[in-house]
Amino acid sequence: MEARTHIRVEDLSVWYGGHPALKDVTLSIPDKKITAIIGPSGCGKTTLLKSFNRLIDLQEGVRMEGRILVDDEDITAPGADLTRLRKKMGLLFQRPQVLPMSIFENVAYGLRIHGENDRLRLGEKVEHYLRMAGLWAEVRDRLAAPAAKLSIGQQQRLCLARGLAVEPEVILGDEPTSALDPHSAERIEQRFLELKRDYTIVLVTHILRQARRLADYAAFVYMGELVEHGPAAELFAHPKDPRTEAYISGRFIESTGEDPD
Amino acid sequence: MTQARFIEEKIFRGLMLAAAGMVAGSLGLILATVFVKGFRALSFDMLFKTPQGGYYIGGGGGIANAIAGSLVLGLGATLLALLVSLPLVFYLNVYLRRRSRLAFFIRFSLDVLWGIPSIVYGAFGFTVMVTLGLKASLLAGTLTVGLLIIPIMARSMDEVFKMVPPELHEAAYALGSTRWEAAMKVILRQAFPGLAAAVLIAFGRGIGDAASVLFTASFTDALPTSLFRPVATLPLAIFFQLGTPFPEVQERGYAAALVLTLIVLAVSVLARALTRRVTRHSR
Ligand SMILES: Nc1ncnc2c1ncn2[C@@H]1O[C@H](COP(=O)(O)OP(=O)(O)OP(=O)(O)O)[C@@H](O)[C@H]1O
Ligand SMILES: [Mg+2]
Repeated sequence: MEARTHIRVEDLSVWYGGHPALKDVTLSIPDKKITAIIGPSGCGKTTLLKSFNRLIDLQEGVRMEGRILVDDEDITAPGADLTRLRKKMGLLFQRPQVLPMSIFENVAYGLRIHGENDRLRLGEKVEHYLRMAGLWAEVRDRLAAPAAKLSIGQQQRLCLARGLAVEPEVILGDEPTSALDPHSAERIEQRFLELKRDYTIVLVTHILRQARRLADYAAFVYMGELVEHGPAAELFAHPKDPRTEAYISGRFIESTGEDPD
Repeated sequence: MTQARFIEEKIFRGLMLAAAGMVAGSLGLILATVFVKGFRALSFDMLFKTPQGGYYIGGGGGIANAIAGSLVLGLGATLLALLVSLPLVFYLNVYLRRRSRLAFFIRFSLDVLWGIPSIVYGAFGFTVMVTLGLKASLLAGTLTVGLLIIPIMARSMDEVFKMVPPELHEAAYALGSTRWEAAMKVILRQAFPGLAAAVLIAFGRGIGDAASVLFTASFTDALPTSLFRPVATLPLAIFFQLGTPFPEVQERGYAAALVLTLIVLAVSVLARALTRRVTRHSR
């Protein structure tokens, strides 16, 4: 698989208050593909994902070493423009976190803070991104209702629309389907498969079957270490490291979260 | 053993019921007392007229001076406390790191201030007035009560901010918000009902306090017209009227207590309703 690299991680180490969470991770995330990050609980998947948009900076006592290049720009350099970086990356959380405002305003928020104030264009764009997230038909009649009134599955698609609205290049998902029912989860997966035409997608998942279904590229993290990475088909069929082999064959105690569908 | 556990359970249940009953009972009893004793004296004159000559020995008039005074002083003090509390709480929760030493020190100071009895605030206000050569006035009373309710307001707001899930901060930043945008457009919105409740709670506490205004605001039969004149307040109106030996004046004291209780009750009900809204927002 020859693909352009979108995010390049070089010797990344992260500590929380002296406790190491990632050790010397070097990894290239291919452009316009779905990359799955898998590994047992607490191995550092979220930490890696949140390093990409420097959301990790919000944690207390965090220290970072190494470099991350996004579009060949070092985002770990002092003085890096974090709001611009974060605008480039949409993030979906494990549990959808809607903003305390209406459905419409949730999507319009990002547009507004990045300078779109024209009412007409706002309306058009909100509709466009709600359609893209596959939510438009369900909410077109109640755009003014509080977003918190939506079901969890709908909220997650709203978060997707909200993230897409700031026109990112990368979509980061931290177990974005784990709080959803199987049907909602499937709808989100469907979206991802459609979106990878235009976006680079990085997906943290506990669900190996999901990783198999979606991923073009896969990385296995274990105890803060990047054990193995490569084209997904290859990694799942012929893991090189015994730890990867053990994990994907389900011989890890921690490897719960296999989806019940 | 099973028997013992059963009895244990029964005793504990009994204790809990008794405690709950005592709380509900004393609330009911207080309301009933104030209502029964004060209701008859409650009249148009009581609410809308100032004390006439000989009011405190049974003459005509009402407690409009104290109602107006308490509302003006309470609102002023609340506004003052809000001007201090809101920036302070934003600073603590959005700008300072959560485990910072300064944040710890500020919260600790607020807790200590909260615990200081209001008479001490009154005495402190009085001392400052004497040093500055000021007389008891609406201004001095407002400042003192403002000081009294700052810790109440700020700490309640602080708790509201702590209830905002960290993921909401993250969601706001992940969309490329600046700190200011995250604070003003997302966090404030989420916290707003809770903050309003904190303001109301502080107002209720301020308007009902007697000891802090005793020396600083003094008392007058006139309606409040100037920041630099003494002002009447409901708690002191109650105190003075109950202190007379005349049953009809005492009855008016209860009527004043009823008015004050109703104001505070209305404010707490409103605060409750707002708090329910905030909890409904955060799953
Ligand atoms: N804010 C924090 N402060 C201190 N330690 C943290 C913090 N966040 C994470 N850690 C620790 O860092 C390690 C990696 O955490 P991380 O959240 O990245 O794991 P994860 O792979 O996402 O786990 P999970 O699958 O359970 O979500 C864990 O040992 C965790 O306890
Ligand atoms: Mg995680």
